[in-house]
Amino acid sequence: MHFIINGQNHALDLDSRTSLLDLVRDHLLLTGTKKGCNQGACGACTVLVDGERINSCLALAVQYQDRTITTIEGLVSANALHPLQQAFIEHDGFQCGYCTPGQICSAIGMMAEMEHGVPSAITADLAGETVQLTHDELRERMSGNLCRCGAHNGIIQAIQDSFAEGGDFKTNYPKEAAE
Amino acid sequence: MIAFDYTRPASASEAIAIAAKQAHAKYLGGGTNLIDLMRETIEEPTALVDVSTLSNTIDVRDDRILIGAGVKNTAVAAHRAIRERYPMLARAILAGASAQIRNMASVGGNILQRTRCTYFYDDAAHCNKRWPGTGCDARDGFNRNHAILGASPACVATHPSDMCVALAALDATVHLRGVDGDRTMKLIDLHRLPGGRPDIETELRQGELITAVELPSLPSAARSTYRKVRDRSSYAFALVSVAAALDVDDAGHIRDVRLALGGIAHKPWRAFAAEAALRGTPATQPNFRDAAEIELKDAAGLRDNTFKIELAKRTIVATLSELNGRDRS
Repeated sequence: MHFIINGQNHALDLDSRTSLLDLVRDHLLLTGTKKGCNQGACGACTVLVDGERINSCLALAVQYQDRTITTIEGLVSANALHPLQQAFIEHDGFQCGYCTPGQICSAIGMMAEMEHGVPSAITADLAGETVQLTHDELRERMSGNLCRCGAHNGIIQAIQDSFAEGGDFKTNYPKEAAE
Repeated sequence: MIAFDYTRPASASEAIAIAAKQAHAKYLGGGTNLIDLMRETIEEPTALVDVSTLSNTIDVRDDRILIGAGVKNTAVAAHRAIRERYPMLARAILAGASAQIRNMASVGGNILQRTRCTYFYDDAAHCNKRWPGTGCDARDGFNRNHAILGASPACVATHPSDMCVALAALDATVHLRGVDGDRTMKLIDLHRLPGGRPDIETELRQGELITAVELPSLPSAARSTYRKVRDRSSYAFALVSVAAALDVDDAGHIRDVRLALGGIAHKPWRAFAAEAALRGTPATQPNFRDAAEIELKDAAGLRDNTFKIELAKRTIVATLSELNGRDRS
């Protein structure tokens, strides 16, 4: 099987039962991505596939061959932290840090959704042209990532700090359903 | 999880042919429910036929929208035509799961997801759905999340989907393909009530594949919504949910109404009795309440979920009132 992870090509012989999470952690030793619940409830395993956030614990690796996969390790460039990583430090967006890689990958995926105009359950006007990244929108959109230390307020501040609160986002979702 | 063969066929017909050759094949969409069920050994397919890259377009026409079964939940909810013409469907999808799961889950998989009854998941429990004839520990157990309509002595589990509640209200049709050819079925006829065989959950034939969901034209659905009541404000299954569309004439009478309930039965529950009671009557809160009483007339509570009967009535009234606008109610 062939995988593209953080810009690197990997050819492996895998059992078809291997999850994408176990592939990156156990086979590629990219242990930044965390295994929390292993059943899609906590979000600690969130990675980006073609820029979209998914739970890698519920993903069979075999389904993600030849897709562009990004884990927390792939966000660092030239040994400099991603701006969102820096913001998590500045806003105390974690204590133990276990959920943090998933939170950060999830937030990056969330911003792509905002830019594509994906509404949320609390977006008042579904037919509207813009979505505002309000505090409540952010809480709703990040609800798939739990933090047991209770750093959610710092997490939200870090994301807002990185992606300007209240910014307008176009809702003309350009991507047709066909992938 | 037991070992399985994995294949990714290039067409629906090829997928059906592959599945037909295996005694225990399963179609694989996003995997968000099936992989979990396989880890719990509730599902033990010996072959997974990956259909996640098939049937993944949304075909918009004036008189209908055809959604491929492989389309991701997020893509349906984000599609402008769905948001404008069937907002209840976009809202129902967005009320379900988390963003990560909606990005993975397919339309077909959402329809065929299985109950989250904790006794069904517990391999030390008695469950007629998992092991027919062993009994139901939910009946006298912790049953806060269980059914109040259409349940049987054998099973009180609920269907967990939000999306299906909207599809039921919208009169959606499911397109099926099997070894015997293509056929269509109303979504409300696809899922079964538990009766004596809660292990048989749908009317699908062996090896049949959902290829698409068709939304018929329903102009009044432009004024529709989905309201979900749950134990926390996001990322939780429904205690009660309501999908509703309301069409009121200038005199304040109800021309048409669509109503379906979630979280309360073994299948998405289309509220035909309430709809019939409401058509032609003034759109008022007392009439909404009367219709809710009619729909919940046969509801039966268990130890922990009797509150859902009143909750369902109030949620129906609140949702219709919201659609009707405060000035009218």
